[in-house]
Amino acid sequence: MHKAESHGGAAVHPLALREQFDTVEQQRDCSTLGMWIFLITEVMFFGGMFLAYSIYRTKYPEVFAVASTSLNVYIGATNTVVLLCSSFTMVMAVRASALGKQKAIVGWLLMTLLFGLTFLGVKAFEWNEKFELHHVPGFANFHLAGVEPQGAAQIFFALYFCMTGLHALHMVVGVGLLSWLVWQARRGKYTSEYMTPVDISGLYWHFVDIVWIFLFPLLYLIDRHLGK
Amino acid sequence: MGPTLPLFPEQASNFASEVDLLYLFFVVVTVIFSIGIFGAIFIFAVKFRRKSPTEIPISTHTGMLLEVVWSVIPFGITMIMFAWGASIFFKESRPPDNATPMYVVGKQWMWKIQHPEGQREINELHVPTGRPIKLTMTSEDVIHSFYIPAFRTKQDVVPGRYSTIWFIPTKPGKYHLFCAEYCGTKHSGMIGWVYVMDPEKYQEWLNGGAPMGSMAEKGGKLFDDLACANCHKPDGSGRCPSLVGLYRRHVQLADGRVITADEAYLRESILQPDAKVAAGFQPLMPTFQGLVNEEGVVELIEYIKSLSPAPGTGAASVNVPTPAGEYKQLPPGMEQPAIGNSVPQKR
Amino acid sequence: MITAAVQQRENYLTAGHGLKSWLLTKDHKRIALLYFFTITVFFFLGGVFASMIRLELITPQGDLMSSDTYNKMFTMHGIIMVFFFLVPSIPATLGNFFLPIMIGARDLAFPRINLLSWYLLVIGGGFALFAMFAGGVDTGWTFYTPYSTTYSNTWVLATAVGVFIAGFSSILTGLNFIVTVHRMRAPGMTWFRMPLFVWANYATALIQVLGTPVLAVTLVLVFAERALHIGIFDPALGGDPVLFQHLFWFYSHPAVYIMVLPGMGVISELISTFSRKPVYGYSFIAASSLAIAIIGFLVWGHHLFVSTQSVYAGMVFSFLSYFVAIPSAIKVFNWTATLYKGSISFETPMLYAFGFIGLFTIGGLTGLFLASLGLDVHVTDTYFVIAHFHYVMVGGTIMAYLGGIHYWWPKMTGRMYPDGWAKLSAGIIFLGFNLTFFPQFILGYMGMPRRYHAYPDEFQVLHVLSSAGASVLAIGYLLPAIYFAWSLKYGPVAGPNPWGATGLEWKTDSPPPTHNFDEIPVVNHEAYDYTSVEAELA
Repeated sequence: MHKAESHGGAAVHPLALREQFDTVEQQRDCSTLGMWIFLITEVMFFGGMFLAYSIYRTKYPEVFAVASTSLNVYIGATNTVVLLCSSFTMVMAVRASALGKQKAIVGWLLMTLLFGLTFLGVKAFEWNEKFELHHVPGFANFHLAGVEPQGAAQIFFALYFCMTGLHALHMVVGVGLLSWLVWQARRGKYTSEYMTPVDISGLYWHFVDIVWIFLFPLLYLIDRHLGK
Repeated sequence: MGPTLPLFPEQASNFASEVDLLYLFFVVVTVIFSIGIFGAIFIFAVKFRRKSPTEIPISTHTGMLLEVVWSVIPFGITMIMFAWGASIFFKESRPPDNATPMYVVGKQWMWKIQHPEGQREINELHVPTGRPIKLTMTSEDVIHSFYIPAFRTKQDVVPGRYSTIWFIPTKPGKYHLFCAEYCGTKHSGMIGWVYVMDPEKYQEWLNGGAPMGSMAEKGGKLFDDLACANCHKPDGSGRCPSLVGLYRRHVQLADGRVITADEAYLRESILQPDAKVAAGFQPLMPTFQGLVNEEGVVELIEYIKSLSPAPGTGAASVNVPTPAGEYKQLPPGMEQPAIGNSVPQKR
Repeated sequence: MITAAVQQRENYLTAGHGLKSWLLTKDHKRIALLYFFTITVFFFLGGVFASMIRLELITPQGDLMSSDTYNKMFTMHGIIMVFFFLVPSIPATLGNFFLPIMIGARDLAFPRINLLSWYLLVIGGGFALFAMFAGGVDTGWTFYTPYSTTYSNTWVLATAVGVFIAGFSSILTGLNFIVTVHRMRAPGMTWFRMPLFVWANYATALIQVLGTPVLAVTLVLVFAERALHIGIFDPALGGDPVLFQHLFWFYSHPAVYIMVLPGMGVISELISTFSRKPVYGYSFIAASSLAIAIIGFLVWGHHLFVSTQSVYAGMVFSFLSYFVAIPSAIKVFNWTATLYKGSISFETPMLYAFGFIGLFTIGGLTGLFLASLGLDVHVTDTYFVIAHFHYVMVGGTIMAYLGGIHYWWPKMTGRMYPDGWAKLSAGIIFLGFNLTFFPQFILGYMGMPRRYHAYPDEFQVLHVLSSAGASVLAIGYLLPAIYFAWSLKYGPVAGPNPWGATGLEWKTDSPPPTHNFDEIPVVNHEAYDYTSVEAELA
């Protein structure tokens, strides 16, 4: 390890071994560990939102039940399926890169990208519906039928928009990452020896997916039995 | 203040000397530890100062026993600190049942205080010595904090909820009242005076104020103006529970919980009637948020409380101004059993 | 000791020239210097606000400025000092510079992310400065709701955005440190051979990564609430204003340890070097850093004893708060024990270390007062709290920071500073500090509330003392700026190891070459093994 001519390293490994590292393994370990730590940060970030949600749901169970039931469960379920599919295609992309199948990488990544964009499209449609139904908090015309106080319903939708909005923002970042990966993969950048970007982008993508797996039941499903 | 530099504010409540004693204990511990550490550093620094530029002292091995000792002993001391501090706090958070109720509403940037006899004060609080006083407090806007240094007591005043503070003033005099939670432009102007008076003087002060009627009377008027009695009939025949004898009783709620009808519950039921509906009743009551201000709410609460000393006699219009300090309380253990569908309590 | 050959060798400062070589650098040492300049600017800016506060408080009437201006002064003092000076201070400068060298790495694991985090701090600082010059912000650095979300008419949004962005700077620094410590250690550099400064920064990084995102999400909610008025913290709409305090202190109490733990790490280095002894109880000090980082997450409720939090929650938080006291006490005892039978010299950094131990001891012990429920009810939100946290933050962190700068200055720049001036300024800072803040303990117990623009007459004597101390303190802080600048050009050339210290950073040139070592060192002894530098001392 300590032979290490710092500048020579890059020449020995053409696969973009950065000069602070000794070996490709070290570089890959660092990237992977770094992504995991970043995801832990993300857990804490979303955790604050989930905490606020739990507190207000406990405080206003009836209002949250009605508000939750007003969400369109079919749209939510569709998006859940879309995201689960995208996680599958992402796994396949990582596998393809591990096997060094250049064309397959691009193909699976493109499918993942497509699912991601589908999710965002459906989400946009759903949000638009909220505007039409006057379910957008902060607007003077906010009204959710059949609940009192309206303030609590507004808090539900505020949390709904904050949580799904932050999630969507992460999806947008993910779509950006995927586009970049596709571009790089088409240039044949990723091989079975150097696939770290695909690998850690996969970790990120699955994380964003998992956040939705929590959001969907909490926002759409949890009070359904209390409704009709 | 003259040339003297006092280190303690005056002691003017039952808590003051207790808190000061605790403080002294902490100061003594701090001084002992500080002297020990500073002394050791000083002695070592002098005694083991470098004698030659090349000297390398022999390293000492970490003594496990020493590490354990200087972890466990401070821990023991801190547990004394914890228990002592917690016991005072616990006392501070438990007003005695016979405490005289007074009400405080904070707003940017003044304290509005109301006595049960009806006197209103702004930025002043008159209290008699020797009697426990319980303040029920809320805010109309941002968070404030009600702080009387001479009483060694403080409590945040939060919009949307009641907080309480209690004390027994012990020494007549004039003491600072501060807002201790930053509340905007004139935060430092949200100050006032607390006048602690001998009971006779206090009675004189009360009599001299020519109040417009007790809080309960004002609340009763408000009760009529808002037509509450249309539903809350005193004999329980209305669409909503009778309020007679409600205060401090246990109420069975529609969702199965049993709660005690305290000030916070009464306030919530006026402003958010749907939040806790008494079992056996429909959530018919509209909210009075915006129709009654915080001061009106506390008057209504005083009125409802005034219906409690004489349960059974029942007419909602009695309006008996009850002398402060004589509210009938249910001693622990003699509380009435939780009442459910049989004797509906609310609405 | 120094040879002409060493001087002519390329080092990280001479490796590139021009503004671009600095603004696009990926070298952790250069990024550390970028941070150093940035936070120095913020420090003096925050210091100007502090001076305005102390000037105003010389007289009881609010006569120098309006109450609105005063409120903005203490708010901006707090925001600048906490988020843009103290949080990045030691980790982002000294940690950035020395953590990789001390574990025998060529750089941090992610140099580009390191540079990004500096840019984030600058951008966040830009938002905060914009808010300040556009009209200021008056919520207090704590942003308590509903004042911040509904009632304040100042630039809350821009400030919140600034703090939010700076938060990500802190997160990325922490992430970088954790990965670097895990994966970049030189051969032979086992976990329990790492210098305690590295341990301290590692523990700090854990808090940065776990705590800061909660602040970020809290600020998102404040932003949404203020911009759209959606009711999350507004009781009129059914929200809970105290929820904000829970979320805020869930970060901001651990943030206290983000600010002070690295300082403790510096002190461990200084005490060892200037008594030429391995730190007594090395593993206890290392473990206590982690203990503080973990327990620090369980005590936030001690800021809410009078907030209408439940009595029982208060008791639990008070109880747990005392658990944090123990690891802190362990550190102080072990430092003191390190001196025993040492070879103690009194260079400037050691004076700062003594100052730190003294002031931190007082700061820590007065923290016990505030953890005690019965006492806290009386002293919370008074000057007692101000005095306490300034003893920890200024008496602790800034003393350690200055001690560290004085200790590593010859390594960073290759030059020595004038020792006499440095000792003088250390003395002035110590005296000025105590004169400024000790009277505030008394003020607080007397009942003087914090954040008061005007105050009752009887508090004036103590306030005047405090303001007088502040002016002494200001001189103490200006002196180093002058002699450090002087030393860059005129200071005597320092050798690789002017103090006879043991860390790997002293085994390379002063200033170090771009990739720190000509050859990655192999570590074959414990930390602070002074027999390994015997030859250099002779």
